[in-house]
Amino acid sequence: MMDITLSPYAKTMGFEASRDSDGRLVLAMPCEGKRGRPGFVHGGALAGLLETIAYMTLAEALGKEDRPQIKPVNVTATYMRGAVEVTTFARATIERLGRRVANIEAVAWQDDPTKPVAMAQMNVVLVRA
Amino acid sequence: MEIDPGTFDPVAFIGMTAKFGHSGIIGAHYHAHGPGWCELALPYSQDLIGDVATGILASGPIFTIMDMATSVSIWLKTGVFRPQATLDLRIDYLRPARPGNTVIGHGECYGLSKSVAFVRGHAHDGDPEKPIAHVAGTYFFTAS
Repeated sequence: MMDITLSPYAKTMGFEASRDSDGRLVLAMPCEGKRGRPGFVHGGALAGLLETIAYMTLAEALGKEDRPQIKPVNVTATYMRGAVEVTTFARATIERLGRRVANIEAVAWQDDPTKPVAMAQMNVVLVRA
Repeated sequence: MEIDPGTFDPVAFIGMTAKFGHSGIIGAHYHAHGPGWCELALPYSQDLIGDVATGILASGPIFTIMDMATSVSIWLKTGVFRPQATLDLRIDYLRPARPGNTVIGHGECYGLSKSVAFVRGHAHDGDPEKPIAHVAGTYFFTAS
């Protein structure tokens, strides 16, 4: 079992966490209830998936002792391909983890990880007591 | 999904997405519209909480209503329904939505080129003068 607690929103969305062969966190989103334009997954659902994997990856990078308050500043989602109605996967990379700011990039794909359907660039502020 | 291009009706359209689309599972619904703008409402729900310690809504559902509101604003600007896809959407979170409050997402189309629509918008949780988020984005027309 993974030491990951999903938020109520993540449970509502049906997100499922796992790890790839390199041990990196991967989040899967089933397509049920995610329709945007006919035949395609909603961009908002993809953004929700990208944000969630970014926060999970950040929480893991911070570790158990270092638990700053995480404040989202902004998210820029870019849509590269129409995401059809199948399961979508996402993983995130912490580009920089500073004392007060973290920069994260998340990418989503469907059947082929080399053909992303969407990506997100995120900046968060870390508030330490 | 049949849409009459001559008489785009945002109330019927958003009602349909709530029934068959993603806004249904997050509980978003139509709030208001005018020429080139549209508003959706996202009632507070335990199922949408991002952080159980604070009860604050996850940002995903807010992103979703801003995508919807800005998307619909384009058809209210042009007066016709034309298939489109989001190119990008940026959201700045000024502060978290207050737990218990309904979030209102306002989207407007402020520019059009042959293949691209330019949008912006904001969200608030009761007082439009105190936004919780701002957005800016672009859509491209997929069948031009």
